[in-house]
Amino acid sequence: MLKIELNKLNDLFAKISSSTDLILPVTVAGETNFAKYEDGAEVNLSVQTVKSAKDSFFPQAEDLMKFKTEGKKIDIIDVREKVESFVLFGVRACDYRSFEILDRVFLVDPIDTYYKAKREKGVIVTLACSRPEESCFCSAFGIDATNPLGDVTTYIADGFLYWNANTDKGNALTDAVKDLFAQADSNDEAKIDEQKKNTKEILSKLPYANVDLSGFTPDKLNELFNDAKWEELSEACLGCGSCTFVCPTCQCYDIKDFKTNDGVKRFRCWDSCMYADFTKMAHGNSRNFQLQRFRQRFMHKLVYYPSNNEGIYSCVGCGRCVKKCPISMNIAKVIKTIGGKNND
Amino acid sequence: MQRIENLMKAKAIELLENGTVNRVLGWTAGDFYYDNTPAIFNSKEEIEKSFVYNSFCGANLSKYLVKERKNEGKILVFLKPCDTYSFNQLVKEHRVNKDNIYIVGIECQGHLSIEAIKAKGIDGVVGLEENGEEVTVKSIYGDKTVVRGEVMLEKCLSCKSKKHVAYDELIIVNEMPEADSMKRFSKVAELEAMTADERFAFWKSELSKCIRCNACRNVCPACTCTKCVFDNPESGVDAKANADKFEEKLFHIIRSFHVTGRCTDCGECSRVCPQNIPLHLINRKYIKDINEFYGEYQAGADTESKAPLTAFTTSDIEPGSNLKEGK
Repeated sequence: MLKIELNKLNDLFAKISSSTDLILPVTVAGETNFAKYEDGAEVNLSVQTVKSAKDSFFPQAEDLMKFKTEGKKIDIIDVREKVESFVLFGVRACDYRSFEILDRVFLVDPIDTYYKAKREKGVIVTLACSRPEESCFCSAFGIDATNPLGDVTTYIADGFLYWNANTDKGNALTDAVKDLFAQADSNDEAKIDEQKKNTKEILSKLPYANVDLSGFTPDKLNELFNDAKWEELSEACLGCGSCTFVCPTCQCYDIKDFKTNDGVKRFRCWDSCMYADFTKMAHGNSRNFQLQRFRQRFMHKLVYYPSNNEGIYSCVGCGRCVKKCPISMNIAKVIKTIGGKNND
Repeated sequence: MQRIENLMKAKAIELLENGTVNRVLGWTAGDFYYDNTPAIFNSKEEIEKSFVYNSFCGANLSKYLVKERKNEGKILVFLKPCDTYSFNQLVKEHRVNKDNIYIVGIECQGHLSIEAIKAKGIDGVVGLEENGEEVTVKSIYGDKTVVRGEVMLEKCLSCKSKKHVAYDELIIVNEMPEADSMKRFSKVAELEAMTADERFAFWKSELSKCIRCNACRNVCPACTCTKCVFDNPESGVDAKANADKFEEKLFHIIRSFHVTGRCTDCGECSRVCPQNIPLHLINRKYIKDINEFYGEYQAGADTESKAPLTAFTTSDIEPGSNLKEGK
């Protein structure tokens, strides 16, 4: 394990970004989101980002192709640029797990080449949590916030950032920056272990840490779908997309054509099942009420996705929706209301 | 606050039981002390189980009345002073049926922002003890006393009025601090004092955080179009994301223009923004302009008066004359 003083982190960021794009939590106009490191950027590693880290692989808006027409001839132009390798730094365990969940959507046949290109080129440096928020409940999904995986795992303790490469990609990145680091010793490891222990204790006491998901099993699909409680749960929903757009695992997108002065651009962008036109098709809309849209979001995460993916839930307990919903309705309340029997 | 909540519960139960109303629109308690959700209560049992009113009830309930118009019977709604302006505006625009609504105006000492409290390093909030300007936040890590003005929602910091402009009856126990409706324009004046480039940079930095979640639009009591132009594929401007750099400004400029003269400055847009964009400042700039160009006007202050932008008078300002004066 290697270590670097926290006040030298800018040297590390400058070094990484001198040869490759570095994406990390940056505060702009008071809010922290993943963004490209530039000289003078206000890096903030101590708060949860508003949006998740998924933009790096699945951006909110992305050009797919272009069309040019001349008479009856249509030219299809590939707009994909060669993706260069980049470093995604400061990813928490919850967001790291979300990549595995997205992989099961985008990297199965038919493979999404746009996603795959970025996923292959991204070097993920995770950061262990030491101060979980009360909205956090990653432990309910078996995630260890104190020990995230990734190409490199980092820990912040006692004025230092500790650095541990896990993969070939991680070793290659380490080789490029190791001049800035010192070797950590057993005292350092003891400090990290102590921090992990303390953090785990906090994690276990968080209000949503032990929400009982056992009620969400594929065999109960109809029962859950028809649960009368959806009505009161969805009653106040504004039908906005805050929860979906801050969510690390929401993966639905819309594809649209956009007429430009230079042909037609086809792009895709995040969509939200909470939106009224989400399932609008030629024949009409199969979900006409907010109750149906609201139910879809949670059934997808807690029933449909797991039934196609060996029981893995499509929620990582990051708690962003808990913090950001304008009316304070969220997946934790849904789980507690219609989930397992052990939710008080 | 507990006393007000008890009075509200008793009033709700009384009106339900004597048949004045058949349902109640209020707030239901969440899992924490601060995550209350707007809710409809149909019975005494439901009210006793989870009805709540504390200093985390910033949500404006008036817009839910648009949806409730479709349901039979009279509904009781609890409205804070600022919410009653939104209510009046909805009446003026024929979006709610006044005859089927019973309003109980409630005391408001200004509602609090859990984000502002957390920013003071207070986690695990389980309760509050409120004493005028002092708020003692009770948390699992102990108590901490803070100044109310430092942890209020932005919309409450710039409160325009403590007067209920529509109500059937009131529940007010403690005196409410006076509001200075002109004070709220100070930040707008600061923006006006900037150079155009500085102002553009300010808004570019703020609006570039926008994630197009539509929370501002969907919570806005003035945004009641059945189909928004931004959701309509026929409009040519429908969009779920910013297809080009800084395109989000288009959304916010169009939306704010559309509510100009109708926006009561309830501040919900800024309260719900996940990226904390000070959206209210755009609307407030237009309110300030209307005040200056057409005389003081407060949308929602009544249900009858003509709005400056939809009524022509010969004394109206000449379009463009403000630009000549360099404003």
